[in-house]
Amino acid sequence: MDAATTLQARGLTKIYRSGDVAVHALRGVDLALAERELVVLLGHSGSGKSTLLNILGGLDQPTEGSLEFRGDALALDSDAALTRYRRNHVGFVFQFYNLIPSLTALENVALVTEISENPMAPADALALVGLEERMEHFPAQLSGGEQQRVAIARAIAKRPEVLLCDEPTGALDSTTGNLVLKAIEQVNTDLGTTTAVITHNVVVGDMADRVLTLADGQIVNEKRNSARCSVDDLHW
Amino acid sequence: MRALDRKMLRDLWHLKGQVLAISLVIASGVAVLVMSRSAQMSLLDTTAAYYERYAFGHVFASLTRAPDRLADRIAAIDGVQHVQTRVVRYATLDVAGFDEPITGQFVSIPADAEPILNRITLSAGRSVAPNRLDEVVIGEPFAEAHGLVPGSTFHAVLNGTRRDLTVVGVGLSPEFVYTIAPGSLMPDNERFAVLWMGRKALANAFDLDNAFNNVSLTLQRGADPAAVLRDLDGLLERYGGVGAIERADQISNWFVMNEIDQADTMSRILPTIFLLVSAALTNMVLSRLIATERSQIGLMKAFGYSNLAVGWHYIKLVIVIALIGTVIGFVAGGAVGRYNTEVFAISYRFPFLVYRPSGAAFVLAAGLATLAAVAGAAASVMRAVKLPPAQAMLPPTPPAYQNSRLNETRVGRWLDQPTRIVLRNIARQPTRSAMTLAGSACCVALVVMAFQWNDSIDYLLRHYYTDVQRQDVTVGLTDPQEVTVLDDLRRLPGVLAAEPMRVVSADFHADNIVHRGSVWGVTDAAVLQPIFDDRLQRVVQPPENGVVLGTRIAEKLRVDVGDSIWVHVLDGRRPWLQVHVAGTVDVYLGMPVYISITTLNRLLRERPQTEYIGMLTDPAEEQELFQELKDSPHVAAVVVKQAGIDSFNETIAMHMGVFISIFSGFACILGFGVAYNSARISLSERGRELATLRVLGFTGGEISYILLAELAALVTLALPLGCLLGLGLTHLMLTAFDTELFRLPTVIDASTYGFAIIITLLATVAAAAIVRQRVARLDLISVLKTRE
Repeated sequence: MDAATTLQARGLTKIYRSGDVAVHALRGVDLALAERELVVLLGHSGSGKSTLLNILGGLDQPTEGSLEFRGDALALDSDAALTRYRRNHVGFVFQFYNLIPSLTALENVALVTEISENPMAPADALALVGLEERMEHFPAQLSGGEQQRVAIARAIAKRPEVLLCDEPTGALDSTTGNLVLKAIEQVNTDLGTTTAVITHNVVVGDMADRVLTLADGQIVNEKRNSARCSVDDLHW
Repeated sequence: MRALDRKMLRDLWHLKGQVLAISLVIASGVAVLVMSRSAQMSLLDTTAAYYERYAFGHVFASLTRAPDRLADRIAAIDGVQHVQTRVVRYATLDVAGFDEPITGQFVSIPADAEPILNRITLSAGRSVAPNRLDEVVIGEPFAEAHGLVPGSTFHAVLNGTRRDLTVVGVGLSPEFVYTIAPGSLMPDNERFAVLWMGRKALANAFDLDNAFNNVSLTLQRGADPAAVLRDLDGLLERYGGVGAIERADQISNWFVMNEIDQADTMSRILPTIFLLVSAALTNMVLSRLIATERSQIGLMKAFGYSNLAVGWHYIKLVIVIALIGTVIGFVAGGAVGRYNTEVFAISYRFPFLVYRPSGAAFVLAAGLATLAAVAGAAASVMRAVKLPPAQAMLPPTPPAYQNSRLNETRVGRWLDQPTRIVLRNIARQPTRSAMTLAGSACCVALVVMAFQWNDSIDYLLRHYYTDVQRQDVTVGLTDPQEVTVLDDLRRLPGVLAAEPMRVVSADFHADNIVHRGSVWGVTDAAVLQPIFDDRLQRVVQPPENGVVLGTRIAEKLRVDVGDSIWVHVLDGRRPWLQVHVAGTVDVYLGMPVYISITTLNRLLRERPQTEYIGMLTDPAEEQELFQELKDSPHVAAVVVKQAGIDSFNETIAMHMGVFISIFSGFACILGFGVAYNSARISLSERGRELATLRVLGFTGGEISYILLAELAALVTLALPLGCLLGLGLTHLMLTAFDTELFRLPTVIDASTYGFAIIITLLATVAAAAIVRQRVARLDLISVLKTRE
């Protein structure tokens, strides 16, 4: 196994059963994410990209298959092990931000740093996403883009090895969306965090090292960009 | 079924845990209401029927001796319907195998006919035969306590002569529904007996041939009882009448009516608490339901449902919850009420006791429960009614939190984020937080109230029998005797000290307020039964002149220290005495008027006399002493202190055990209902937040902390508050139960507060544990995919 591989998934299969109906969300996906790599996952609704991301992030368990983090197999059937994995190594960014409304921006970040082993200062994390001026504001007092950047700061403040973003720009307009993507790009470049971004937006693929397209629970296309395009140059 | 009704049923099913919790709180209130109303109704109906059917007298009077022919003059008093003259005397009994002396109240009955008034129901045997001098009918409680049946025999010392008596019948009378010895605190069926004997036999024994010493009357409809009492007292004056009393003051009836009043008080205070809490719970649950169904409300309105239809939809849901509670409460209240009535049938003896859960109580309970629940839900339902459909379809504005000064404080900076979430949530929902707080406090308060009965009664008992009554044995003489009798008593085996008391019936007048009671003459150096101020906890010396009044009688007569009252002594030469109030004492029992025995003797122009003697005795020689007292011709009653304590404890333990278990159970339900709903609503509101935290790597325990710490904080605050509330509630109940005969002191032991806190915590922990189970089942993925 390559020493620079952060996450290695093998034969991931996920079947959702509802009564007699079985839905194959993933059909034997193999995937390796390298250190410092930025991967974009594309695909239609129901293609399996969110399921894949959730399994990579320890949010969901595959029906079959295995997952290794830095060469160690994850105990996928242990809630405690998965919680530990998420707590110490994974940062999440969601489409709807999922901030805690009763905590300020700074406190939302502190929420995560308080339970992490080697976090950065919450203020530094917010500065990294350009929000040093808005730290004392509550989510209700922030715009959508600002809220999403707080979510990114919250995700990276613990210095995770893996940053997983599920449609981080899905609820935003293009200008605000670009600000958010820039923050993700900066985290990936400055901290070297292995990053996976789900999007419907093909253009976003240009900022990645690699673009994977999923359909029907399988990776149907893999494209490696020779050079990453700066977010400033993306137009959508 | 209409679609909207189907939705309502599914909403109810979806909220089943909360619906059940609220229903049970309502059910508790309804159960208490039904229980106490049914007891009240059952007692009222039973006494009314019993009194009517067995011709319970309206007026009772005792006198020394009057010729039989006076009966005609009594019957001629305006307003009198029937007259029953009788011989009533006390005597000591000696039942084989029972060491202590028994006090017997002998009441004469015509041997050849039924008594006109206060008729007896025979539960076994027959009535006494004419011309038989040794036959008695005995009261059922006494018969049961000693296993006496028709054919049994025992001894009695009647007017100094030891007689063998044969039980021929066992019976009950409306006059002795509650059988209590004069001066006792509780019925003691082993040591106090009511016995009916042929008039001739009893008159023979007490030298009252062709005479009577007691009379009972019934009045014509519309007669003025006060006028009859006045005329009767006038007639009996020269025959040693000690003042007639109305039925309301007759001791057995007084206790029955007091029990009815207590049931009435209970049915007012306690259900109110439960229904208020259920209103608060309905409010909490409905506001949450309406918040989650906001877009559905918009949709219904968009489809053309009127505001009224939407409002009615939610009101119906609340009514169903109230009805579920009412039905459970009615069934539970009926069952508990039956048990309660059975317990109480041990103290109150009726030949028949009609117990049926009162239909009126059911209607009342259903009405009140519905009213409370609807009132609780009203504000939320109004919000749903007023919500414009277009606005309803939009997601609600995110909750706006304010930065408080908390962060600037040292403590604030030290707080971790989960704790901040908890504190801000409490502050952001002040009404709901206050309701949870108040609900849990009510739980504590109810348990405090239930348990403190033991404390108050225990205190009263300890206090009464150690501070106030320091004698071991009290002896009542058949007639007042010169104090030289003390020397005879002191010579009896085991008697260490003897102290006289003189008790004289009297009317007390102040302006136009009259109170009928007794003057208690105590010796200046009283040690065994001194004048004791219960509040100040100290002995008060009898004044050289004037009287010392219990505060309650002082309040009733509206007099204070320094004022004068008129005392009309209903004994001897029946003098009218003007005396000044030298002092007042706060006492728990009765409405005493104390005077120095020397002053009393002087005012009555009599040589020093006594009829009650308190004695300190040596337990080692008790048996011999009891035997002597049983055989003594002048002893009418012997009260043994330890026996009083034992019987008190026995009766109280039974009553209290039932009472405490019932109310602790209801309080638990209340505490559980409050905690469960509070936590459940928090979970519903913050499921998304908690799932997010789980995703961010928080453990199940950590997010449970965020969810349940809020509840824990509120309940922790509620504990001291509930203790205070319990004190207030106790005071309220005890004040409501305050009577002329006794007043319970507000005494709450530390252990009672402890129990209340533990029970509330257990109820809360049980509720939290159930909600905690749901935290473990949070769906982490779906929550991230949806906008709130």
